[in-house]
Amino acid sequence: MTGPGSGAVPAGPVPAGSLEGVRVVELASELGAFAGKLLADLGADVVLVEPPGGHHTRRYAPFVDDVEDPEQSLYFWHYNTSKRSVVLDLDVPGGASAFRRLVAGADIVLEAEPPGRLAELALDETDLRAGHPGLVWVAMSPFGRDNPRTGEPATDLTVLAGGGPVWSCGYDDHGVPPVRGGGNQGMHTVCLWAVMGALTALLARQVTGQGQLVDVSAHAAANVTTEAASYEWLVAGRTVQRQTARHAAVHPTMSTDAVCADGRQVNTGVPPRSAEEFRGVLEWLDEIGGRAEFHDIALLEMGVERGGVQIHEIFDDAEAMAVFGAGREVLRFIAQRVSAYDFFIGAQSRGMPCGIIYAPEEVLSDPHFVARGFPVSVHHDAIGRDVVYPGAPFVSPRSPWRISRPAPLVGEHQAEIFGPSPSVVAGGTGRGARGADTIGWHGETTLGTRD
Amino acid sequence: MAPPALSHLRICDFTGQLAGAGATKFLAAMGAQVIRIEDPVRQGRWDILRGMPPYVDERRGVNLSGAFNNHNVEKLGVTVNLRTEAGRDLVRRLIEICDVVTENFAAGVLARMGFPYEEMVQIRPDIIYVSNSGFGASGPYQRFKTWGPIVQAVSGLTFASGLAGMGPAGWGYSYMDHHGGNIMAIAILAALLHRQRTGEGQWVDMSCTDAGAWLNGPVMLDYTVNGRPLRRQGMPHSNRSQSPPMAPHGIYPAAGEDRWVAIACRDDSDWVALAEVVGEPWAIGARYATLGDRLADEDDLDDALGGWTGVQDRHDIVARLHAAGVPVSVVATPEDRIDHDAGTSAWGLWPTVHHTEMGDVGVDGIPLHLSETDWRIERGAPCLGEHNDIVFGDILGLSAEEIAGLREQGAI
Repeated sequence: MTGPGSGAVPAGPVPAGSLEGVRVVELASELGAFAGKLLADLGADVVLVEPPGGHHTRRYAPFVDDVEDPEQSLYFWHYNTSKRSVVLDLDVPGGASAFRRLVAGADIVLEAEPPGRLAELALDETDLRAGHPGLVWVAMSPFGRDNPRTGEPATDLTVLAGGGPVWSCGYDDHGVPPVRGGGNQGMHTVCLWAVMGALTALLARQVTGQGQLVDVSAHAAANVTTEAASYEWLVAGRTVQRQTARHAAVHPTMSTDAVCADGRQVNTGVPPRSAEEFRGVLEWLDEIGGRAEFHDIALLEMGVERGGVQIHEIFDDAEAMAVFGAGREVLRFIAQRVSAYDFFIGAQSRGMPCGIIYAPEEVLSDPHFVARGFPVSVHHDAIGRDVVYPGAPFVSPRSPWRISRPAPLVGEHQAEIFGPSPSVVAGGTGRGARGADTIGWHGETTLGTRD
Repeated sequence: MAPPALSHLRICDFTGQLAGAGATKFLAAMGAQVIRIEDPVRQGRWDILRGMPPYVDERRGVNLSGAFNNHNVEKLGVTVNLRTEAGRDLVRRLIEICDVVTENFAAGVLARMGFPYEEMVQIRPDIIYVSNSGFGASGPYQRFKTWGPIVQAVSGLTFASGLAGMGPAGWGYSYMDHHGGNIMAIAILAALLHRQRTGEGQWVDMSCTDAGAWLNGPVMLDYTVNGRPLRRQGMPHSNRSQSPPMAPHGIYPAAGEDRWVAIACRDDSDWVALAEVVGEPWAIGARYATLGDRLADEDDLDDALGGWTGVQDRHDIVARLHAAGVPVSVVATPEDRIDHDAGTSAWGLWPTVHHTEMGDVGVDGIPLHLSETDWRIERGAPCLGEHNDIVFGDILGLSAEEIAGLREQGAI
């Protein structure tokens, strides 16, 4: 088996990203930052427009060496890779006019302003698309732009609680609160959909020549990211109930998490079903010297002899049920006697899906993720250090995903983009040195090109 | 209304489950012609959802799964037996007229069925091939198998979700099947844009566990820069907010069985507003005046707030705190958010599709709207081989006799 990186990719300099030539103006926001990062890491020239003093997420922990410094927020670093930064005060005429000029040369505007704010400044989609019909305007907000719930205050927690994910997550004990999944996932969810919408609109533009408004709702995004919880209700009027570390279900299911000999946990996954898998666990038992101790050897052997068990038999054939149950038991038995990593490798190499429960940071040193080049190193001049980041979500060898530069300093690219124009930085009223035609965009825009 | 955005694209689709089918569902809703290829011998059951619950009534069978229907709306469905030369030839003819080939088999399976990337390129030089497997097509675990919970376990997402001292709660569904599908859709769209600019196709290799690990967020950098792992005392505690710090911030009981509200005070003014609504001495006194005070005694604060919420109706709590401008939500049940939420109904988030055998069924819609070329979800998932005549006849141009011949020789 050869990976996609082999073969027909020409040697030489690293190819440009998929979105080479796509120009994005991103109004800095907490909700939309990850979408901007995606576009930037895919090769778009993303100019982050920050308010004077820099966006407030620069003040989010953690910080480098725990020293609070708006240029060294790891939160900001993570969500703003590959972007450039300018500072514009949209509330003053000079900043607003610079913003208009920037947008005039852009393919995409990405914003998550409180609905209504840009309209008040005459800087909204309807104002700026009028003279720029090819522009794709991606508006992200908690409930969408024109919704009965538009304007309700929301955070990642309340979006995930109101949108459905929280109902399905937590523990068997329902006296304990249900759980919000960690890691800003409400934000990640809406950002993935926003990028899907943005790229879709770019592809449509090639056919129609027209841009459009892409209105993205975090609440709606969470609602259609809950798998069976939604379709059990839509189809059968049934409600799933949360369970510890496994699928919420209409009817309770057996637990799938186990603590291994080293105290680490695994998801025991799918128990043996084929004859080969039953043979595999028997060999595994021998390897760890556990055959004598395991009480249901005969059932495992029966699993081999009867050619495995079929899923449908598990529900109506007593012998199959017993054999399947022994397969489940033997995995728990083995788990207690080996490390979580050995359990994971042992089960998978015998054909049984199983997973070690890694903490996020443990992924970075796992040999598989290392072999795939998942951890990537980015040099930060500001601290004189290379910093390891999570890398590509997929491998596209002819147009690779890449962190092209670390997150920008506040207004780092002001002069590069606008020319020498301190009044714009300060939010004053003076015009920038450059007009729309001379804005310092990277590359050649794809705007207006047609098949 | 203009046709949906991607009406000019055609996809040769081998995906299944949700991690793959979700990607092509989005493309289909956006107008792409998605031709879903299934195995007639095994009745399409490589996709285990094909016969799985929920069902609309007492009928069972490969065409009657509500789960399968949800993930495969607006697609065309054909059957092709890849064990036969005639079947493989049909797929060659489909690849010739498709922009993209998609699949989420275990790594290497499609190649073993006769369609490695090298073969596809022979058929159509600018073909885009997007494979989405549990661990990708390279690396020591490439042959390992996964489903959503395994991906979530290995990528760190399971661990990161839980309450202090209680062990992982994880995700109560295949979160990474949804995002596996979404990220796969992004991979497809990005590759199409690259092809548009350069004329080049490519093989995009997606590993669902890479994609999951990529979603962990800034905790990764806290480790790589500061050496602070998430595996540490008292962590994770994912109902709380570490970055930015907020308190109170959590999920609190409401009156009734398994009823909860989520409350987040973003800053001191949210806290003051909440405290005024609560009106009890512990809230309006000086003890919790600053964020530092609230974080220092967060357990006590949560207990006190939970005592206040626990005796009230959840909707009353939400109404009172909303009026005060504090972010708050019920922990919505499926019924709450599907049947009683103006936010989702006004969005058109639960379209009803017509399915040939199931009848009219509600499904998940799309959480974005395009002002000019929006999505449409009207047709249910294909029954097994439902569109053989349309695809092999109208699209590939075979005669009725030729199609009948293929059927007779077991190729479709």
